Amino acid sequence: MNQPSSPRPSVGLLVTCLVDLLRPNIGFAAMKLLHEAGCDIEVPSQTCCGQPSYNSGDLETTKNIARQVIDQFEFFDYVVVPSGSCAGMLIKHYPKLFEAEPKYRNRAIELASRTRELVSFLVDDIGYRVPARRLNVRVTYHDSCAGLRELGIKGEPRSLLESIETLELTEMSDSEVCCGFGGTFCVKYGDISARMVSEKIASIEATSADFVLGGDLGCLLNIAGCLSRVGSKIAVYHVAEVASDMIASGPIGKDAGST
Amino acid sequence: MDSKAHKFRENAKVALLDPDLQRALGKARGGFVDARTQAFSCLDRHAEIQDAAKQIKDHTLSVLDEYLVLFEKNVNKVGGKVHWARTPAEARKIVLDICDDVDARRIIKGKSMVSEEIALNYALETAGYDVVETDLGEYIIQLAGEPPSHIIAPAVHKTRQQITDLFHKHHSRLGLKERVTDIPDIVNEARLVLREAFLSADVGITGANFLVAETGSSVIVTNEGNGDLTNTLPGVHIVTTSIEKVIPTLEDLSGILRLLARNGTGQEITSYTTLSTGPRRTGDKDGPSQYHVVLLDNGRSEMLAGEFKEMLRCIRCGACLNHCPVYGAVGGHSYGWVYSGPMGAVLTPLMVGLDGTKDLPNACTLNGRCAEVCPMSIPLPDLLRKIRVRQNEERITSVRARWFMKAWGFLACKPHLYGWCLRILAWLLSWLWGKPHILRLLPFVHEWTATREFPKSQGFTFQSAYRKAPNSHE
Ligand code: SF4
Repeated sequence: MNQPSSPRPSVGLLVTCLVDLLRPNIGFAAMKLLHEAGCDIEVPSQTCCGQPSYNSGDLETTKNIARQVIDQFEFFDYVVVPSGSCAGMLIKHYPKLFEAEPKYRNRAIELASRTRELVSFLVDDIGYRVPARRLNVRVTYHDSCAGLRELGIKGEPRSLLESIETLELTEMSDSEVCCGFGGTFCVKYGDISARMVSEKIASIEATSADFVLGGDLGCLLNIAGCLSRVGSKIAVYHVAEVASDMIASGPIGKDAGST
Repeated sequence: MDSKAHKFRENAKVALLDPDLQRALGKARGGFVDARTQAFSCLDRHAEIQDAAKQIKDHTLSVLDEYLVLFEKNVNKVGGKVHWARTPAEARKIVLDICDDVDARRIIKGKSMVSEEIALNYALETAGYDVVETDLGEYIIQLAGEPPSHIIAPAVHKTRQQITDLFHKHHSRLGLKERVTDIPDIVNEARLVLREAFLSADVGITGANFLVAETGSSVIVTNEGNGDLTNTLPGVHIVTTSIEKVIPTLEDLSGILRLLARNGTGQEITSYTTLSTGPRRTGDKDGPSQYHVVLLDNGRSEMLAGEFKEMLRCIRCGACLNHCPVYGAVGGHSYGWVYSGPMGAVLTPLMVGLDGTKDLPNACTLNGRCAEVCPMSIPLPDLLRKIRVRQNEERITSVRARWFMKAWGFLACKPHLYGWCLRILAWLLSWLWGKPHILRLLPFVHEWTATREFPKSQGFTFQSAYRKAPNSHE
């Protein structure tokens, strides 16, 4: 593994296709946090990590996309991703994808070793603490599946949030149960997904939190869509938006304005 | 049982709207999960035990043929007989021939998923035998004329009220006219009815949770003791089971047993663990005079040789079903065949064919909770993805879906073009927000907006904004 070459590690930000399209604010929030954490950030030209085709069984398409990601991102000390499932794709699945292609396999393994989910990178690799920020809210946290089970992210977002003194974190029941997003699953099996997310929002509402936070925009869109349908007042944000205090533009799914 | 897996979508729709089913599922879901957590909270060295169990299975599977031959040799040694069945039809024929040979009339059964896999009850009943299931759950669904909806709790989809009604309907003609509503009364009434069957049966059929090669024993774990009566009272005991159930030694058995019940029902061990080793020996006080083991393949050899080998480690504990949020929402019958939940979504396509089981591997968010709890560390989401790859290769995936992926993939490999398309899309999505009459017309969007609000996008993409002002965060 390459050690960071300078005291300021170079970070390639893989912003993810969903953030790029639907919630640029999360990308800017990630940049603010990484900047505060002392990183040199670059945003290479990018599209998607390839999960949609990978999970649909189209390996050829996935490999084409993955090769491009490897080509673009392998020069950084770290590749940082504000999403557990996209980070998991690079870390856990790219090496498997190229099992039969030694050249790309080695590069994929190398890239995987330097890829991090945003919050775990800030907390575990950098030891970042949120600078004095006041945010008088009660929040609850949903553990998105890939971050939790593929990357073992559980304590990191909580410790990041706990470093905001005035913020109160209350746990929902079954925070580790899937919200029913599942990429294309939520539109292929809309009714099953709807049942799953309605159970998730019941757990969320029982906490009487002001905000529900998470680390994956897909899940957050799903939760936000369902919360607004039932007329809930609970606002949805990516954990990075709250940690960076970039919530002025309104919660996910609602009118977000500009950054 | 004919597969109805091709109707998964319709089945699931009905299931989601069935209040009785939802009540039953809701109750089971919480119960099983809590019981498992509790059971493991007082087991030291969980990871170590699990790892050892996985190694036992991996080792056995690496030389499965040798252990199967050893098992057969030891069954012969104690006076039993092993029958090899490549297909469900062969297995059915073997059982029918044995029953015919001994002029059987009444057959009692302990729970056996392999017997469900080969649709044995239907074959026996069609041949004129009187067949009675003796496991309470199996008995209930036999009365209801339904297949099991869970591998360890076949009637988990039934509410107590429904069972009361079923018993009343079927037992009234036996003179039991009172409606039983409490669980102990329900159990007692079943006992009363089944006692007669136990005493008058000619053949007892059970499954096997394990086969022990070194002793030639078949092992069943139960909580009701019905299995013991089924394999000792009738003159003939037939075990319907499959080739991957064999393990080398009794020592191995005791290791794996520490995981089975804890993962399934949350018990440390089931009430009964019964080893059957051959027919009655001289001097034995009871036991059958014939002992047959029917070993089914049904696609397992092919799995053993290919990329789904790991699935053969499955010990049918049921933990993956209990922890699956999709199973918890739609129940076992939606899957349309014998096995359901995550393990069923892998096994059914491999056993009944990829055609007609298209939805099973796809109706999953790949959330990974199944693999997390599986005592045999079976990477279920990876296996589901592998089936999706096969579906794609064999063009079972719809043309529309395949072309959509190809077109999207083409675009995703052209960052510049993709960037422009995304910008237009971001603008379009923000324009569409608040226009439900147009949104409704777009493919897939309706599936989302039926129960969720369409999200407001910011109207521009991250990359376009960033390229305009790369240092805005500083
Ligand atoms: S796949 Fe694993 S969890 Fe599911 S039944 Fe088999 S052993 Fe149990």
